[in-house]
Amino acid sequence: MHPTAERIQQVFPEAFQRAEEWRGDLTIHVAPEHLYEVCRFLHDDPDLDFDYIVHVSSVDWPDHPERFEVVYEFYSIRRRARIRVKTRVPEEDCVVDSMTDIWKGADFMEREVFDMMGIRFRNHPNLVRILMPDDYPEGYPLRKDFPLRGKGWRDTFPFLGEKS
Amino acid sequence: MRPPLDDQRTTVYKVDPEHPGSPSLPTLRTEEMMLNMGPQHPSTHGVLKVVLALEGERIVKATPVLGFLHRGVEKLAEDGTYHQFIPHTDRLDYICAMYNNFAYCRAVEKLLDLTVPPRAEYLRTIVAEVQRIIGHQFWLGTQALDIGAMTVFFYTFRDREILLDFFDELCGARLTTSWYRIGGVERDFTPDLIDKLRRFIDYFPPKLDEYITFLETNRIWLSRTKGVAVISAEDAVNFGLSGPTLRGSGVDYDLRKFEPYAAYDQCEWSVPVGKNGDTYDRYWVRVEEMRESLKMVRQLIEKLPDGPIMADVPSVTLPPKARVFNDLASMIQQFKLFSEGFKAPTGEIYCGTEAAKGELGFYIVSTGEGKPYRLKIRAPSFIHMGAFDYMARGYMIADIVTIFGTYDIVMGECDR
Amino acid sequence: MNLIQVGRDHEKDGGLGVHLVTLEKVVNWARKGSLWPMTFGLACCAIEMIASVSARYDIDRYGAGVFRASPRQSDLMIVAGTVCVRMAPVIRKIYDQMPEPRYVIAMGSCATSGNIYDSYSVVQGVDRFIPVDIYVPGCPPTPEALFDGILKLQDQIMQRSVFYKKPPEVAQG
Repeated sequence: MHPTAERIQQVFPEAFQRAEEWRGDLTIHVAPEHLYEVCRFLHDDPDLDFDYIVHVSSVDWPDHPERFEVVYEFYSIRRRARIRVKTRVPEEDCVVDSMTDIWKGADFMEREVFDMMGIRFRNHPNLVRILMPDDYPEGYPLRKDFPLRGKGWRDTFPFLGEKS
Repeated sequence: MRPPLDDQRTTVYKVDPEHPGSPSLPTLRTEEMMLNMGPQHPSTHGVLKVVLALEGERIVKATPVLGFLHRGVEKLAEDGTYHQFIPHTDRLDYICAMYNNFAYCRAVEKLLDLTVPPRAEYLRTIVAEVQRIIGHQFWLGTQALDIGAMTVFFYTFRDREILLDFFDELCGARLTTSWYRIGGVERDFTPDLIDKLRRFIDYFPPKLDEYITFLETNRIWLSRTKGVAVISAEDAVNFGLSGPTLRGSGVDYDLRKFEPYAAYDQCEWSVPVGKNGDTYDRYWVRVEEMRESLKMVRQLIEKLPDGPIMADVPSVTLPPKARVFNDLASMIQQFKLFSEGFKAPTGEIYCGTEAAKGELGFYIVSTGEGKPYRLKIRAPSFIHMGAFDYMARGYMIADIVTIFGTYDIVMGECDR
Repeated sequence: MNLIQVGRDHEKDGGLGVHLVTLEKVVNWARKGSLWPMTFGLACCAIEMIASVSARYDIDRYGAGVFRASPRQSDLMIVAGTVCVRMAPVIRKIYDQMPEPRYVIAMGSCATSGNIYDSYSVVQGVDRFIPVDIYVPGCPPTPEALFDGILKLQDQIMQRSVFYKKPPEVAQG
């Protein structure tokens, strides 16, 4: 196993689920309730020092009992190392902790995940839609059950009837 | 420099009892004012809206409102084959289309574990660096135009046209190029194109000095860029900034050096790094990057190896165009690849590429189908906008245009 | 239109000849030669629109080079780029703010028909909510294509009637 993954397994035995390496990318799977501690450790530990947030993403697996996968990717500029941290949440309770107070850049990235996939982030300072309008009626576009052409919203022009 | 900002948002100006100018003067109160800027505004580089909270002329809070160009590219990616997504990448960052193609093709090649032949790697690097020059020229022209220095705009666009002609001849389009292919490139350089590039390499450095003379002898431009939009190195890293925006703050994070790809380790060049993290330093970094790009192109043209321009993996890569018209097997291969696509192995990768704006990354999840299961674009412009509020606070309202310009933001990439 | 030939026969003595022309033509001629476009870029096509202003192409040769930032000062709207649903009310509002006579050029495939963006958030053509005079094809159209559109629009303007009120425009989705 990769030394970084081993380190996390030692420090967080209850949070660490598994690690895999594919095409040179290290991925660790973490229990959602411990995600924040693990990420805090990744950022603060001087030997790991993942100071750069690359992206926050999400994947929808409709057939899986824990439907949503939240993916964080970090980079350590000093060590030139990359790590991907993943966690799984079910649809009924799709909440994970926000990383905004560790990496300020996570703010917009998490908002995008919320907007596109509907995953909520605990302790996020301003969790509102970012790309779609606040009153977007059709749900979360990147979910697999959302049709590509939407549900008719793109063909509505309510402003046409108004007197300007 | 950034003036200190009072925590007290509402200031009450009282009449000084020592000098009661007018005894009937009521207590004056100032209030925070909201100002909507955009989405139709000439300096927002597209359709960006910013809600500014102002205290007099001072910006208290700047909230970017994004999504006016949200085209659902990530959803569209799930609906098409891997090849079909290449034209979509052109239109992400439409100023540097070649670099987006490059980033995407690299990501898919990483997913497939595909090796690109050396000549293709060289061609890719040369064109990518030419694209970087175009991107920085465009930035220089429009940023100066926004601040009010109009002449530079005409000069940079004049020289940009030469390179766009080069692209036009190379792939038939000026902006939306789609020249990169998974496993190689679409068309080889002709000797004429190489001559063109050589001529440009000799032509451009004096012109670059000309731009610099225009700007750096302009006191207004200097005072509007020096000390504006300052961000420290720690904050810049914490926000996830990348590219010249980050390097202007003194962090030498450049994926071309950190994780060398293509032919970047085959030539000598350096990473220009700023000191103060203000707009002027970012300008300097970009100008120096143009020089470095020229240096790289010059070296790589001389070293250009012979060989194929496309990897020979019939299940994935396209056959040469000449064969498609003469050979039945190649035609069927071409047809199958474009109609069904290829099946990628199950797995997921992230691959970042240093584009002109910053780190452009693609996170691709594959379930072994012919289409990506999930494709996430790590767009530098979007992440730079996350730091906008932080960087804009405390400046005067006139500086907001500089702060927009400092990131080299493109909304197509920001909103996707 | 032979209005431009005024004085050609009398260049030496400086006198003006007499020409007969309808007032409508004079008005149209003046209108077509001073199209003021609005700085209104949405996406990729905006870059080509900017390029058409710049040194090599010089849109000013067609009298359409005075780009205004305010809709109230302009009479030509070049819708350059993908129109998203979120942007649609803004475009309509800007169009409504423009003084008559106003012209719209849908520049590029996205503004014309939505192009490859057949997705949940893209309007399939700007003509669903504002009337369009000229469609310029291309993705993005080159500056030459945009000029062709402007020349076609100028031809159209010359055909227009000036002195009667045209019926209200109908724009439905």
